[in-house]
Amino acid sequence: MVGRRWWVPWLWLAPALILVGVFLLYPSIDTFRRSLLDARSQDFVGLDNYRFIIENPQPLVSDTHVALWNNFLWLFVFTALTVPFGLVLAVLTGRVRYEALAKSAIFIPMAISFVAAAVIWRFMYEFNADIGTANAVTTQLGGEPTAWLQDKHSPLSFVTDAGPDNLPGPLQLNNFSLIIVGTWMWTGFAMVVLSAGLKGISSEILEAARVDGGNEWQIFWRIIIPILSPTIVVVATTLVIQALKKFDLVWVMTGGRFDTDVVATLFFKEAFVIRDFGVGAALAVVLLMWVVPVMVISIRRFQFQEETR
Amino acid sequence: MAVADDIDRPTMGEAPGGGSRRRRLHFARIPLHVAVIGLALLWSIPTIALVVSSFRTPEEIAGSGWWNAIKTPFDWTLANYDAVLSQRGLARAFLNSIIITAPASTITILVAAFAAYAFAWMRFPGRNLLLLVLVGLLVVPLQMTLIPVLRLYVALSVDVEVPLLGGKLFGTSSYPGIWLAHGAYGLPFAVYLLRNFFGGLPRDLIEAALLDGATDMQVFFRIVLPLSMPALAALAIFDFLWTWNDLLVALVFLGDPNLAPMTLRIANLVSSFGASYQVLTAAAFVSMAVPLVVFFALQRYFVQGILAGSVKG
Repeated sequence: MVGRRWWVPWLWLAPALILVGVFLLYPSIDTFRRSLLDARSQDFVGLDNYRFIIENPQPLVSDTHVALWNNFLWLFVFTALTVPFGLVLAVLTGRVRYEALAKSAIFIPMAISFVAAAVIWRFMYEFNADIGTANAVTTQLGGEPTAWLQDKHSPLSFVTDAGPDNLPGPLQLNNFSLIIVGTWMWTGFAMVVLSAGLKGISSEILEAARVDGGNEWQIFWRIIIPILSPTIVVVATTLVIQALKKFDLVWVMTGGRFDTDVVATLFFKEAFVIRDFGVGAALAVVLLMWVVPVMVISIRRFQFQEETR
Repeated sequence: MAVADDIDRPTMGEAPGGGSRRRRLHFARIPLHVAVIGLALLWSIPTIALVVSSFRTPEEIAGSGWWNAIKTPFDWTLANYDAVLSQRGLARAFLNSIIITAPASTITILVAAFAAYAFAWMRFPGRNLLLLVLVGLLVVPLQMTLIPVLRLYVALSVDVEVPLLGGKLFGTSSYPGIWLAHGAYGLPFAVYLLRNFFGGLPRDLIEAALLDGATDMQVFFRIVLPLSMPALAALAIFDFLWTWNDLLVALVFLGDPNLAPMTLRIANLVSSFGASYQVLTAAAFVSMAVPLVVFFALQRYFVQGILAGSVKG
């Protein structure tokens, strides 16, 4: 390479390093520190803030157990819905001539804000069946109007019947209503990335399989899915991160009421409404802990790519 | 269409590759078309419901479903938009969104481009470690940073009113404060994306230019940036939409309601007006207009940005 003075690269990097240092690196370390301090970040309290999250002493003000459970539900259900939807749409739209148009329709929600999406879906979920689309369909099909965003009943009746139904159930309807909105927004992302992966599969492989008598179903499961699996992992990890950090949608649609809080909304309440920086910081650290496995995966993947460049 | 003829045709025992086989496939594709069109419609219905409703009078919105309005498209009204833009401060919020987003995205792209050039074309100790830190930071939740940055802003607050723009000179409720915060939060993704693109440019070209005596600045501005326009466009769109659509950062750092962007203003409308949909639908559509225009005009770059950030190495 060309000879440069040793400080030249650092000059080019300086603005980025300073901004990342001041706004990302230093605050992340400081949040760790504050998670061991009291509400005003003054006295050392050890692991009390983490104990607060585990023992959940104030379920009426900030229910940490509900938030942790809901984060898990988001992570699992959101990813499990969005990846297959994206995959099916990628396969289907790739086979029609109006592919671009169909993809646009699926992809548009990706461009708008979660706030706008929240307004759109509050309207969809409106209780009044004359106005709310979801309940209009439900009543047309002979069902009762449902309070989609308030109803804590489990959509699976056998779960509801198993216990007293005025208690927050582990699988509340309103959480699923929220997750569906997230899926509506992010399926376009999964579809676009998986579709690019699909286009990368050589047509010769598929043609060879067809000549050998494989039907489309077998080709999908035995050829497309295995070849696509690295891309599916990338999409799934991105969605997991999205699910964990989900804030805007829950904040605008329910504000965390009716036991829909997630860790990100509870963090906001603790840190900026109740102003308990200790518990707030501890909740942020909990969020980070959820993300660490994904972080390890993406760093490994990056190293692998660097070696194979 | 031709499909109708195919129904009567025997399809058993046709030789593969013959014309009849093609027709049979054509017929077999009907469920495919139904599925694709059905799903595309299903995905569009929520947005269509909002847009249609925003053109209806408050009485109509409260009294009958939006689907009734499709039958009478000539009774639509712009009154909701008039009310929202003139009375609810939405016009100012729209302006605020632009004031916040444009400089913030510019900071991100400019700073990231310089850093990405160094990562891609310069050798220095610690380069790989720094890159790994950057990749790690890609997934760090913003929540990890908000409390300390807010405390920092409170401590460094410069309580001087900025002329014309409004807001304080620095700290919370200041435009420069939120420009820097957004600018920094966008950096890991931006550096990552640009560094990968810069690194893929032809090595011979850049090394030849440097050997011929071109400075790094000349190579950067005359070779690397012009060749990287697709990546820069993708990043610009991405970062612009990300900042435009943000609620959390604005919620934490902009206490002054006069500085609130569209997202924050609408979120407040939702909590204070509940179900008065004539206000909400029009406001939401105004906030969606810019992302939708950007999306339709530059969809190709947008998709490239997504792929570059998640698939390619």
